[in-house]
Amino acid sequence: MANMSPKKNKMPTLSPEQRRTSFDEVATGYTEEMAIDEALRCLGCRNMPCVSACPVNIRIPEFIAKIRECDFEGAYEIISQSSSLPAVCGRVCPQETQCESKCVRGIKGEPVGIGRLERFVADWHNKNTQPVLNNIPKNGKKVAVVGSGPAGLACAGDLARLGYGVTVFEALHTAGGVLVYGIPEFRLPKSIVGREVENLRALGVEIETNVVIGKTLTVDELFENGFGAVFIASGAGLPNFMGIPGESYKGVYSANEFLTRSNLMKAYSPDSQTPIMRAERVAVVGGGNVAMDAARTALRLGAKKVYIVYRRSMEELPARREEVLHAIEEGIEFLILTNPTEILGYANESDSRDPKNGFVTGIKCVKMELGEPDERGRRRPVKIDGSEHIIPVDAVIMSIGTSPNPLIKSTTAGLDVNGHGGIIVGEDGATTREGVYAGGDAVTGAATVISAMGAGKLAAKSIHSYLKDK
Amino acid sequence: MYSIIYKKRLNDFVTELHIHAPLVAKKAKAGQFIILRVTEDAERIPLTVAGADAQTGAVSIIFQTVGATTLALSRLEVGDSLSDFVGPLGKPTELDGVKRALVVGGGVGCAIALPIARALKEAGCRVISVIGFRSRELVILEREFSEISDELHIVTDDGSYGQRGNVCLPVEALLSGGAVFDRVFAIGPLVMMKYTVLTVKPYEIPITVSMNPIMIDGTGMCGGCRLSLIEDGRRVMKFACVDGPDFDGYAVDFDEAASRLGAYTDFERHAYGEACNLIKKGEAQNG
Repeated sequence: MANMSPKKNKMPTLSPEQRRTSFDEVATGYTEEMAIDEALRCLGCRNMPCVSACPVNIRIPEFIAKIRECDFEGAYEIISQSSSLPAVCGRVCPQETQCESKCVRGIKGEPVGIGRLERFVADWHNKNTQPVLNNIPKNGKKVAVVGSGPAGLACAGDLARLGYGVTVFEALHTAGGVLVYGIPEFRLPKSIVGREVENLRALGVEIETNVVIGKTLTVDELFENGFGAVFIASGAGLPNFMGIPGESYKGVYSANEFLTRSNLMKAYSPDSQTPIMRAERVAVVGGGNVAMDAARTALRLGAKKVYIVYRRSMEELPARREEVLHAIEEGIEFLILTNPTEILGYANESDSRDPKNGFVTGIKCVKMELGEPDERGRRRPVKIDGSEHIIPVDAVIMSIGTSPNPLIKSTTAGLDVNGHGGIIVGEDGATTREGVYAGGDAVTGAATVISAMGAGKLAAKSIHSYLKDK
Repeated sequence: MYSIIYKKRLNDFVTELHIHAPLVAKKAKAGQFIILRVTEDAERIPLTVAGADAQTGAVSIIFQTVGATTLALSRLEVGDSLSDFVGPLGKPTELDGVKRALVVGGGVGCAIALPIARALKEAGCRVISVIGFRSRELVILEREFSEISDELHIVTDDGSYGQRGNVCLPVEALLSGGAVFDRVFAIGPLVMMKYTVLTVKPYEIPITVSMNPIMIDGTGMCGGCRLSLIEDGRRVMKFACVDGPDFDGYAVDFDEAASRLGAYTDFERHAYGEACNLIKKGEAQNG
């Protein structure tokens, strides 16, 4: 008997008061009862619109049916045939624009909580099983994967299951890419990423940290060392700044730096040897998931007031809806239709040794209104004359995207990039250089975890058809 | 693991370590840097490569004890290992076309200037070196510089060794005396590089400086190492980790760089104090 409630089972969360001072995960996950009850909301549509809206085509109605039967491990097996990182994707996918956007239940009421169910299944599996050492027969062929973020891990997992000897090269000291340096603990606990990495190691994947491809080793050297193919998943690169005056003041961070200090280097812990500014008033510029992460991190680090400064309106916020709601609950203030024009800093004219010199004191902004739609159909924000105003803050976090990293391109002959510096690939993920494939943010610029994972899986398939007869 | 295979104290504050890191040793060129962590959960710090031996797989770093991390590093011994060691990062120093070079090093910056001077010498260049220190006890690498320099000038701030004064004095004397150089390389504290640039400017000789800002990843991800160049009157943002660490000395905004370097002074002072106290406590217990 289907559950005809128009609402999803509510996701249990820590209270906003608990959250403001804690890096513990906000959403605590469905219980078995909640999961089964939510699974009963799925109508099991024969044409499965949700599946076609999933970037990796997880067989959603099938895994939900298994939940209904209390066969959680069976549900996990179905998901893991399509997704390499279900515990991660269940938490960070923008389900409202993907699978859940096509759910029939969403026409009259809320769609089935597919993401929450995916997360439940993956967490159940991780809690109740141990990584099993796989005895997959090796085919004797080696593939190098550059970067251990979602694209790299997905590609490595699929190739290892096909018998390839896979080595993942990671520039930082910890595997996980953006999952460890970018996404905060309260949204994606690092132990979950660690477990996904352990699952890959159990499959025989080798992970070499502290190796920068393009510097420590070049792509050419990887081929010389016997790798038959290379998958480049080196992620997004240099953070963008606005190009307004004052961006060099102390207290101006890129979101990448702020989040890396807090997440990867654990600056939120009093024992950390990596410093981070514990500002009282913080402005985060931008409206994506990264901006929400930075704002909520700043709050947890002790800020009394945190603003999101965004030049369009709430409708256009690109962040995942749940993150925006959580941010509002936690007391983040959204200054929409607002655009910074200058960052102001302290300057004591009479004392050049004043220790406050060069630190941020405020951000000058103008109000915007939405004008004509641009080429992508989004209404273009236009400055309102005479609307200049100053918001006093002591830190500004720029979260306005990234530009591709030049390191691999500049050391790899025959690898073409587009006007934005993204690596050019065909429909099969192949670059312009034979045997070299690419995917994730290195190709598309900043995008989602799931689309990167999808690109990794596609590349694995293409690399397999390229290498299998070689 | 990245084990320490050689250690030498160059003076009371400066230590040389050779780290076993064969992949880095094979690639590292003068001007590039590495990032290390002493232990798991320690901070990542960038240090410029002072030398590399592809045969033995050793990478040499020379550093001054200025904070908690360099203090911990200086207390490691041969046989100990570092948790992480990654590189070589940044672009190598551009040496092409230089036949007559003036290499200026200040303090521990001499450790970075030395491999550049050596590379220039090996490329058949005429090298005049000027190295400066606060006082006699702090002089490092004098023998190494004298071996590879056609002319070596040493200055100390207090005059306790060599000529009294800062590096700008011999630089000015050489230039006003008619010495001709294709390029000047200045490496040291920001203020020393700034004034070397000002000294060289009237002579219109190209000058390369090596920037050492606060960094985290070192691979072009965090943007913490950004600095401003003034190019044709326009401010241009650059990232020291991927665009540098070498830059055109005439373009760098040194005052801004100096200000940014002070972002965490309070934290660093506190961490250093804590580390010193821990060591004292340990010594009291062991003694």
